[in-house]
Amino acid sequence: MSKAAAPLPAWGDPILSDAEKRSLAALCARMIPASAEFKVPGADDALIQADIAKSLDRDAAAVHRALAQLERISGGSLADLDIEKQEESCATLRAEGGADLTALGRIILQCYYRDDRVMISLGMEPRPPFPKGHTLPQGDWALLDPVRKRGKIWREV
Amino acid sequence: MPSHEPVDVLIIGSGASGAAVAWSLADTKMKILCLEQGDWQNPTDYPSNGRDWEARQFNDMATSPNRRQLWSDYPVNDDNSPIKVLNFNAVGGSTILYAAHYPRLHPSDFKVKSLDGVADDWPIDYHQLEPFFAENDRMTGVSGLAGDPAYPPQKTSPMEPLPMGRSGRILGEAMNRLGWHWWPSDCAVTTREYEGRAPCINLGHCIAGCAQGAKASTDITYWPAAIRAGVELRTRARVREITIDNATGMANGVIYYDRDGVEQFQPAHVVVVAANGIGTPRLLLNSKSERFPNGLANSSGLVGKNLMFHPYASVWGYFNEETDGNRGPPLSLWSHEFYESDQSRGFVRGYSWQFGRGVGAIMEAQQSFASGRLPWGAEHHAVYRKLHNHRMNIAAICEDLPEEHNRVTLDPVLKDANGIPAPKIDYTLSENSNRMLDHAIARATEALREAGAWDIGVEKPIRNGGWHLLGTARMGSDPTRSVVNDWGRSHDVKNLFIVDGSIFTTSGGVNPTSTIQALALYIADQMKQRLATLFD
Ligand SMILES: Cc1cc2nc3c(=O)[nH]c(=O)nc-3n(C[C@H](O)[C@H](O)[C@H](O)COP(=O)(O)OP(=O)(O)OC[C@H]3O[C@@H](n4cnc5c(N)ncnc54)[C@H](O)[C@@H]3O)c2cc1C
Ligand code: SF4
Repeated sequence: MSKAAAPLPAWGDPILSDAEKRSLAALCARMIPASAEFKVPGADDALIQADIAKSLDRDAAAVHRALAQLERISGGSLADLDIEKQEESCATLRAEGGADLTALGRIILQCYYRDDRVMISLGMEPRPPFPKGHTLPQGDWALLDPVRKRGKIWREV
Repeated sequence: MPSHEPVDVLIIGSGASGAAVAWSLADTKMKILCLEQGDWQNPTDYPSNGRDWEARQFNDMATSPNRRQLWSDYPVNDDNSPIKVLNFNAVGGSTILYAAHYPRLHPSDFKVKSLDGVADDWPIDYHQLEPFFAENDRMTGVSGLAGDPAYPPQKTSPMEPLPMGRSGRILGEAMNRLGWHWWPSDCAVTTREYEGRAPCINLGHCIAGCAQGAKASTDITYWPAAIRAGVELRTRARVREITIDNATGMANGVIYYDRDGVEQFQPAHVVVVAANGIGTPRLLLNSKSERFPNGLANSSGLVGKNLMFHPYASVWGYFNEETDGNRGPPLSLWSHEFYESDQSRGFVRGYSWQFGRGVGAIMEAQQSFASGRLPWGAEHHAVYRKLHNHRMNIAAICEDLPEEHNRVTLDPVLKDANGIPAPKIDYTLSENSNRMLDHAIARATEALREAGAWDIGVEKPIRNGGWHLLGTARMGSDPTRSVVNDWGRSHDVKNLFIVDGSIFTTSGGVNPTSTIQALALYIADQMKQRLATLFD
């Protein structure tokens, strides 16, 4: 018995095809390569790619369109080109730009910069803000003395 | 259609103003009901509980209803506006998402015609509202520092200000060198235990709901007190129209859709609208009848007109010194240096600044990617490390003068999930606003450079900046030039009151919610004082 397909969300199909995943990983490697100096993975890292693939949410349609734009520029899958040609295609993609690429970039960056290894490299604790929060220097409000000295600036009616 | 027991007072909308008016009227012991299209929020579901906390600002906790598309939202056609409408539809309304920056309007804001010859004076003034500002500050739990020379000296706050932080010190020192006004902001955020609320712990994510309960959204301030006092709050109840007794011309109730989408009639003796500067004109325009064919309370033709947003400019800079990033409430300092009119600046009226501590790691990457600052390839990491936690921001809030062509109408096609016509926005920036924005950008650039910025970014106007929704059912003494009178009662329908941001006669140049709530308390007080003659 075949199951009825669940209706797609209003913002598009949340699933990437295998071909889209290949192009995406190649794009991510060019965008944010791994760095031994900063001890960070590239955005093509498997964990980060898995996070991206399940995080399309309200940008799903835009991501599919951006990957189609990339495929058009690359004349097929970006992953099949040599590195030099990949760089060229990525440069063209970035120059063409557009809202879809911005959305795709947003998702890549959102998943990259919440990866534990990346956060640790930035000196951040890999945790949600709640419940520990943060501390800030209280400061010294004597810094306001010149403002106080200058006096009233509100306009009488 | 199912009908319910009549109530004495029916409030539509449970946000900033609806909550305040409900609480204040509760001591009359009248039967009070509030209908709210959204539902209660559970703080343990707020984004700062999870690792996806920054991402959710673009999804289920997005500030734009068109992006969020939750069941509680209605669509807004804002294609014909450079500034997009933001809101939240839930118990607490838009205060669930607000940044809690909490200035009051200035005394001069109520008298712009007398002082500067533009727009109209309000029929009330700052001093009439002063006791209600103070009462609202107590109920809300406001932190701040007394003695700000930009305000009359009586203004105090129940709690000490939020921390200055690194960002505050850097900016404060620069402002002192320039000789310009700055001061810790009044913020609707607790800095110590207050009325059962815990103090702020600097989660830094106030704009997606405060998991700590330190930010004063009205679901945790006014509502618990109002409900204890006997007010009923019925959620998932979306009002389609206010109904009229054609013989008397008085409102006699509302038709709403309940949580199952079933049409209901709720009779009421008094109707109070608190659905915000877009939701209120939408509802009034949808409430057409034989007697009011152009929409309810609209004999002036001004329902929906004079929409004011406060055009915002954002100017941000990057610094060598480390800043606070998002490790604290984003807004905690203001400047009113350029607030009062000075004709030599080339525009009338003025603006305030709110200083931003910085942004989160993901937001920095996304914005710098979009602006082209963040390169692709091997240099990405080194450049990012110069930007992350090295930004501060100045946002200018410009006074928006009322213009009738800036308006809310009903979209002929777009409807919400219940089939109710959606609002359509037509808005253009005035020449005065343009000049004011340019002035604000130039001065903010100067301030950031003085503070040591090595790179500057600008957004004019902030596109996703329609968070202040004002003026679309304005207050005034002349029924041909206004929708409600000087105590919030509709000129046309004597048992219909409006208490939200739509009654602002002019906008001032500061965030409006403190004033919206003080006005709601003032109107409730007027109603209580006039109970015997309420409909005269
Ligand atoms: C992201 C963001 C940041 C902000 N930051 C600040 C800030 O720092 N400082 C500041 O002063 N202000 C800020 N604001 C604005 C502030 O939230 C609003 O000024 C304030 O909440 C408006 O109060 P209100 O009572 O007019 O409407 P709202 O608080 O918007 O409440 C209206 C309520 O009415 C309900 N409603 C509407 N139509 C219907 C209907 N037909 N049937 C039933 N219910 C209905 C809605 O669901 C909603 O709950 C911000 C807003 C946003 C979105
Ligand atoms: S910074 Fe303070 S007010 Fe803002 S979300 Fe965190 S605890 Fe709440």
